[in-house]
Amino acid sequence: MRLSFITRGSAPFLVLDQTGRNPVAFPPFQPVLNGRPDPHACVGGRRGPCLGRRDRWRSPELELSGAEIIVQALIDEGVEYVFGYPGGAVLHTYDALFKQDKVKHILVRHEQAATHGADGYARATGRCGVALVTSGPGATNAITGIATAYMDSIPMVILSGQVPTPVIGSDAFQEVDTVGISRPCVKHNFLVRDVHDLALTIRKAFYIATSGRPGPVLVDIPKDVTDPNIKIPYHYPKEIKLRSYNPATKGHPGQIRKAVDVLLQAKRPVIYTGGGVILGEAAKALRELVDLLGYPITSTLMGLGAFPMTDPRFLGMLGMHGTYEANMAMHETDVLIAIGARFDDRVTGKIELFCPHATIIHIDVDPSSISKNVRVDVPIVGPVGNVLADMVRLIREAKAGPDQAALQEWWRQIEAWRGRQCLAYDRNSPLIKPQFAVETLYQVTGGDLYLTSDVGQHQMFAAQFYPFDEPRRWINSGGLGTMGFGLPAAMGVQLAFPEASVACISGEASILMCIQELATCKQYDLPVKIILLNNGYMGMVRQWQEFFYESRYAHSYVDALPDFVKLTESFGHVGMRVDQPGDLEGAMREAFAMKDRLVFLDIVVDPAENVYPMIEAGKGHHEMHLSPERELA
Amino acid sequence: MRHIISVLLENEAGALSRVAGLFSARGYNIESLTVAPTDDPTLSRMTLVTIGSEEIIEQIKKQLNKLIDTVKLLDLTEGRHIEREMMLIKVRAAKEDREELKRLTEIFRAKIIDVTATSFVIELTGTSQKIDAFIQAVPEGLIVEVVRSGPIGIARGEKGLTL
Ligand SMILES: Cc1cc2nc3c(=O)[nH]c(=O)nc-3n(C[C@H](O)[C@H](O)[C@H](O)COP(=O)(O)OP(=O)(O)OC[C@H]3O[C@@H](n4cnc5c(N)ncnc54)[C@H](O)[C@@H]3O)c2cc1C
Ligand SMILES: Cc1ncc(C[n+]2csc(CCOP(=O)(O)OP(=O)(O)O)c2C)c(N)n1
Ligand SMILES: [Mg+2]
Repeated sequence: MRLSFITRGSAPFLVLDQTGRNPVAFPPFQPVLNGRPDPHACVGGRRGPCLGRRDRWRSPELELSGAEIIVQALIDEGVEYVFGYPGGAVLHTYDALFKQDKVKHILVRHEQAATHGADGYARATGRCGVALVTSGPGATNAITGIATAYMDSIPMVILSGQVPTPVIGSDAFQEVDTVGISRPCVKHNFLVRDVHDLALTIRKAFYIATSGRPGPVLVDIPKDVTDPNIKIPYHYPKEIKLRSYNPATKGHPGQIRKAVDVLLQAKRPVIYTGGGVILGEAAKALRELVDLLGYPITSTLMGLGAFPMTDPRFLGMLGMHGTYEANMAMHETDVLIAIGARFDDRVTGKIELFCPHATIIHIDVDPSSISKNVRVDVPIVGPVGNVLADMVRLIREAKAGPDQAALQEWWRQIEAWRGRQCLAYDRNSPLIKPQFAVETLYQVTGGDLYLTSDVGQHQMFAAQFYPFDEPRRWINSGGLGTMGFGLPAAMGVQLAFPEASVACISGEASILMCIQELATCKQYDLPVKIILLNNGYMGMVRQWQEFFYESRYAHSYVDALPDFVKLTESFGHVGMRVDQPGDLEGAMREAFAMKDRLVFLDIVVDPAENVYPMIEAGKGHHEMHLSPERELA
Repeated sequence: MRHIISVLLENEAGALSRVAGLFSARGYNIESLTVAPTDDPTLSRMTLVTIGSEEIIEQIKKQLNKLIDTVKLLDLTEGRHIEREMMLIKVRAAKEDREELKRLTEIFRAKIIDVTATSFVIELTGTSQKIDAFIQAVPEGLIVEVVRSGPIGIARGEKGLTL
């Protein structure tokens, strides 16, 4: 035993005894119980002589219980907010939270909202979101939010309580195998069995969550590990290295050179960007690249705002509900560069028909994203910021720039596609069109808005009609498509930016999935604006049923809706209902003028509107449906 | 194609279930999987036999590498390598069959390691094909029980899959 600790690198803290043969600890190890030395040296629930890692020999600078270690580690990570909900297994931790005021705890009303709140905070700031939940139902409630963050690669640390170590596996009260349940939807997870491992494990969790391709990391902590009576020296490492985890930090120079060569020879190039540009803080580098090349650029739902959407070089979103010009350009392109995007099936449509003429370059920090769905010709594994910077440098140094004549011809073609005005809608309708509602929102806010979304038609209308010019402004669940995400995510954003305008666009079905969070918004005075596009249907479901099930609207009509105005008022907020197009702008202005109030704007919109363009699942980019009156020839 | 993939994993609780979970969640084929600690007790070595198209095998390797517990990975099938599997097989060995079974054991350089009046347990090590061949060669109806370890493998030459 002793020798193995020497090999573990604790040597500086071991000295040899008088015989010169046996290593002993120096200074002598002194566990502490209730502030006094504990003769039984029982740490982490185990009895017996306790030999351990170096911190046990450290001179007692700061001695903390497991619960205090959790809180101190959060402070050392610079965590501002923890979104959580208490329960038996985390009571020690809550007690430690209570005794300090550096980390602020936000009490949500359902653990799903704790994870979405942390997620919204992370998406808006680029920092790691943190959630704290109890064992059993607390952990299972959090799973939807964890999976949501996982699918969109959002950095998050989830601390979950667990039953005490001695009873793990005995179907104890509120026991669930949290590590097992969460495994498929976390980047990594840990079960901490020994308080001595706690600080290091939390450090690892933050490091893994925020580096490489980000993602949620869960730390499951049994109650006895947080025991307030067992105090140990606290040491929180600043730097950390894991031998089994080394995310790429640079792209391969040879591959980058090759990519630049291919790019500069393009006749009909397209830049296809995704959430990775935002996650990798590479919006500036991307703008430089586009300025240098003058190539058309499109983005996935997750990448919107990385490049200004009001810029004429931006073709709009691509994919299932992308623009005609973006999708046609994808179909005709000869060189496609994918930057921090993962070739999702909502984007590619039928793989066999995807970019049939293109040489494909792909930049991604996660090797497993490359050639997963679509075979790539020039793969570059690396963080998008560094890789783009290298590319920009090479392009500047290159003898010849892009083929201007070809490019001009390409732009002419693109403008022709653009001329079809695929997003046109009926502006004379006596009903409020959802598209009109989003356009009005843009007018009223002037683009200065953080907009979170739920899932459905309203989400697509927002993506199509609200042009974001900055990254981290458009916050939605793309990969998992989680209804209920919007409101709690908006709370996270509003907490991060108390002075900013934050709105949540939603549908009458989605909003009910986390409506309880209106109480959280009240408690913390979060003046979120809820923009409800109320079409009385699960519009996105109804649309598919109209198209593919001969309009049999099986259970997509949302009957027995509450009176949203009264509902909102009962939570102590302001509710407003609008059903005339002429009243909409005024109502929105009024809502946003109430800077310190949450306003719920229930907007009655055309129940029959559909999202166009649309590529049916399994079709190619050139097989788009425009609106029924304007089918493709 | 059939691939033998060796993985050095952190010897952590749950590492194995991460691998198993990965294969079932992504619908990858897993023929066999063996795992045990190495000379370095902080590391486990896993040998995985899987079948799939080149694209799928590439994804399998990337996904395995992506697991935080994976320290190193080598696709043995990409180079010259040695592969061994072990089998314990229990056969009915009535008087009239004993000679035939002994002869088989000798031909395959197997060992009889347990004997009763009516049965043998035979131990055989070799490539998976050799083991298949032995099973084929046992006369109809004599097999009582077959236990196979699943293959383990190592690359030829001086290079090792170590830290
Ligand atoms: C109702 C609905 C409809 C939808 N319709 C559409 C649609 O029409 N069009 C559309 O585009 N999407 C649509 N989506 C979203 C879709 O499901 C996917 O979520 C989305 O397309 C994925 O975006 P992405 O490729 O940018 O990947 P993300 O999920 O954002 O993944 C980012 C990629 O970047 C990589 N990465 C991360 N960090 C870095 C870094 N620092 N450096 C380099 N690489 C990095 C990651 O490894 C990953 O491969 C829809 C979703 C819903 C719910
Ligand atoms: C939790 C969850 N359950 C089911 C779905 C499937 N789904 C996708 S969109 C949608 C309807 C959303 O309706 P609503 O919120 O009213 O938005 P609309 O489409 O009408 O704008 C449903 C049920 C989902 N995405 N998430
Ligand atoms: Mg609706």
